[in-house]
Amino acid sequence: MNESETTFGLLATARYVPRLRLERSEILAQHRWMAPGLKSLAKGRRAVANWDEDSVTMAVEAGRLLQHALPSSATRELTLVSTTLPFAERLNAGIVASALDIDAGAVLRDTASSGRAALTELAAALRGSADAGPRMLLAAERRIARPASTQEMIFGDGAAGALVGKGAAIATLVAAGSTHADLVDHFRQTGEEHEYGWEERWVRDEGYMKIAVSTIRQCLKDGAVAAGDITQFVMPAPMARINDAVAKKLGIAATALVSAEHEAVGDLGSAQPLAMLDIALRAAPPGALILVAAFGSGCDALLLRRTAVPCPGTVPDAGRSDSSYMKYLSFTNQIELAWGMRAEMDNKTALTAAWRDHARASRFEGGRCSACGTVQFPRSRLCVNPECRAQDTQQSTSLADVPARVMSHTTDFLGYTPDPPFQFGHIDFEGGGRVLMEFTDTDVGELSVGLPLRMVYRVKEFDPKRGFRRYFWKATPVRSAADNATKGGN
Amino acid sequence: MATGIRDKVAIVGMGCSRFGERWDSGPEDLMLEAFNEAVADAGIDFKQIEAAWFGVCLEENNVGKTAGPLAQALRLPRIAATRVENACATGTEALRGAAYAVASGAYDIVLALGVEKLKDTGYGGLPVRTRGVANDLWLPNSTAPGAFAQLASAYAAKHGVSMPDLRRAMAHISVKSHDNASLNPKAHLRNKITEEDVLKAMMIAAPLGLYDCSGVSDGAACAIVTTPEIARALRSDAQVVTIKALEVSVSNGEEASFNNWDGAHIATARTAGERAYAAAGITDPRTQVHMAEVHDCFSVTEAVLMEDLGFSAPGRVIHDVLDGRFDRDGAQPIVPDGGLKCFGHPIGASGLRMVYEVYQQLHGRAGERQLKKVDIGLTQNLGGHPHQNVSAVAILGRHGA
Repeated sequence: MNESETTFGLLATARYVPRLRLERSEILAQHRWMAPGLKSLAKGRRAVANWDEDSVTMAVEAGRLLQHALPSSATRELTLVSTTLPFAERLNAGIVASALDIDAGAVLRDTASSGRAALTELAAALRGSADAGPRMLLAAERRIARPASTQEMIFGDGAAGALVGKGAAIATLVAAGSTHADLVDHFRQTGEEHEYGWEERWVRDEGYMKIAVSTIRQCLKDGAVAAGDITQFVMPAPMARINDAVAKKLGIAATALVSAEHEAVGDLGSAQPLAMLDIALRAAPPGALILVAAFGSGCDALLLRRTAVPCPGTVPDAGRSDSSYMKYLSFTNQIELAWGMRAEMDNKTALTAAWRDHARASRFEGGRCSACGTVQFPRSRLCVNPECRAQDTQQSTSLADVPARVMSHTTDFLGYTPDPPFQFGHIDFEGGGRVLMEFTDTDVGELSVGLPLRMVYRVKEFDPKRGFRRYFWKATPVRSAADNATKGGN
Repeated sequence: MATGIRDKVAIVGMGCSRFGERWDSGPEDLMLEAFNEAVADAGIDFKQIEAAWFGVCLEENNVGKTAGPLAQALRLPRIAATRVENACATGTEALRGAAYAVASGAYDIVLALGVEKLKDTGYGGLPVRTRGVANDLWLPNSTAPGAFAQLASAYAAKHGVSMPDLRRAMAHISVKSHDNASLNPKAHLRNKITEEDVLKAMMIAAPLGLYDCSGVSDGAACAIVTTPEIARALRSDAQVVTIKALEVSVSNGEEASFNNWDGAHIATARTAGERAYAAAGITDPRTQVHMAEVHDCFSVTEAVLMEDLGFSAPGRVIHDVLDGRFDRDGAQPIVPDGGLKCFGHPIGASGLRMVYEVYQQLHGRAGERQLKKVDIGLTQNLGGHPHQNVSAVAILGRHGA
């Protein structure tokens, strides 16, 4: 076995960015009358979760990217980081783990409350036992900023993840440091949607320039690394040029600053440190020293050394430009539009039925007949093949990662969906299996018979009456990066 | 071996309410309107009815459960009554129950009545509803137009025809239905339209526009069935109309979950049609069936059903439609009363409404829309969506035809 395949460290990182990218100029256009100062921030686009995406579904997508990058690693521990978890009670990581088919014996936890939580967890994972088995760390955020706030411009929705364990590590830990400080630069009380923040210049001067700087300085000292040797400096910050100032004060070269992709994505909150780390790792040459820091109720800093192993996995595409601010407001429940009576349907979930066949919805689990090989969804007692009809022969098989094609489709303007028109149709899976499914992230006019599809895990319906939501898989077109680059408009 | 009910059951009386937005009428009014007509037609006293089959689909939006609402509305003297439901094929299911009861010899005179009061939802189209708690966890909350629209995409792909060509044929079907309904005083939509109106209409579920969709109506229809002998005794002045076949086929999940269905036809319609033809002794439906009432819930449904029932060769329906074969003056008139499209579609009543039109045509009582030659007529009633449904096919004709 190659020595590089048994190193303990960071095995993979991934970023998931929703397809929709709201033009910031459109946000400005709506607020210019009362907040003309937003103009300085109104450049590029920010990532916006589709109506059926939340921190759980985006974390699932980041987790799938990690699984696809390293198919052989069976996660033994999953930590989900977010300040916007959909459930206050119900293990959110459990929803993610079910969708990712993580072993029932794995240890799961939800972690929240600060922008640096993911780095706290990453440091803990990298300091943990090398023999404990792969640990997956996922961070996702769908923060809703008050209309016309600077946060509305700055925030983006998305997720990022990291896999830690023994194997072909792409980076190893050199040193880590942490400082806690109840400096309240912004806060959001439990149950509140919008945050409240203090003057940014104070946050820079008293927060970043003091707390972050001292934490990073200690980390460098612990790692016996000179600031000037850092080639990638990763630190999310709410204000432009904070990183420049911190780097300068520490003696880190200006060329080491890693882009936050502000103009294409926006700030992913607690997922941002991992997202920026993913960018940094992919750009770093073998041996490079990477310093990643995150600020929030204190600071975490990690010093990593890049190995020669290529970063596995793919990077997000450019998404699709969107110019409807009203759609954004509606998707984020900040405006209640007249959806008509069809939207009044009661989406109460029978929790007994949901548990009885939980893998059906969470893992898209169907059956494969051991007698004739027919794949069917849902799985049933009797094989659907009329030539077979064998009883109790169906073995579990997941359709979540099976390529599929459109058999028939429609674009329906009558049925209710938060993002009309309602697109659905029959899907045929490679190797068998047919399911009537909803499409998501699909443009009007894009569907055709035979169109290649892949599956994504999404919110199927909300139950606002009881504060519940149910998830299922939806089909979305397989697109090449070139397809996306040409997509624009609304 | 059992061979069906050919000529074992006669229809002795029928009634059908006016279909439409009957804002001032409740289910009770609609039922009584149809029932009074049927009892008068049959020339019987209501007390002669020994049993009843009652069809209602959306009871939660309507009369509630059981056959009680029928017994109450008609003040039936505590006779046996059964409520049936098979989605939009409910009306034919009610007739089937009644007819098979007579054929079995259990009763002499039986009522089949279907009713639906749909215009109490507050919006157009059919009401949204649960599909069962386990199905709701994964099935899309699809609409009927969205489900049937998929027939068009799959049909065009299968036969290599262009969507504009298919849409033109679909438009012709809708223009025909409006034209036929303009001659039908009981029809819901009696305005004439043009092909251009259809093609330019608001899109409902691509490629189905507004005029590709049937009306959502209030209405009731009923039949009184008996033996041919009793029918002859009751109405010595009139010819006897008998049921030649009444077959039902139900999807078992194969279309929805197995990969052998092409999405471009209604599998159950083929099965039910084949069985009905065999029972009725029909070997060439294209010539032996003189007219048909099919489940034209959407224009494309009527189109594919023409092939499923053997009225058009596979892949040829566009040509037959555009050649006028199914027009009122064509070789094989389809839905001469306007169909679901324009007579209207009060779900539980629709199957019986179809039989009502065939019955009127057989008796030569169809007024301005009377066809020249009708000895054998067919009804095809569909419940559910193309991939998972119930098809009922009835063949009716003169006794001995």
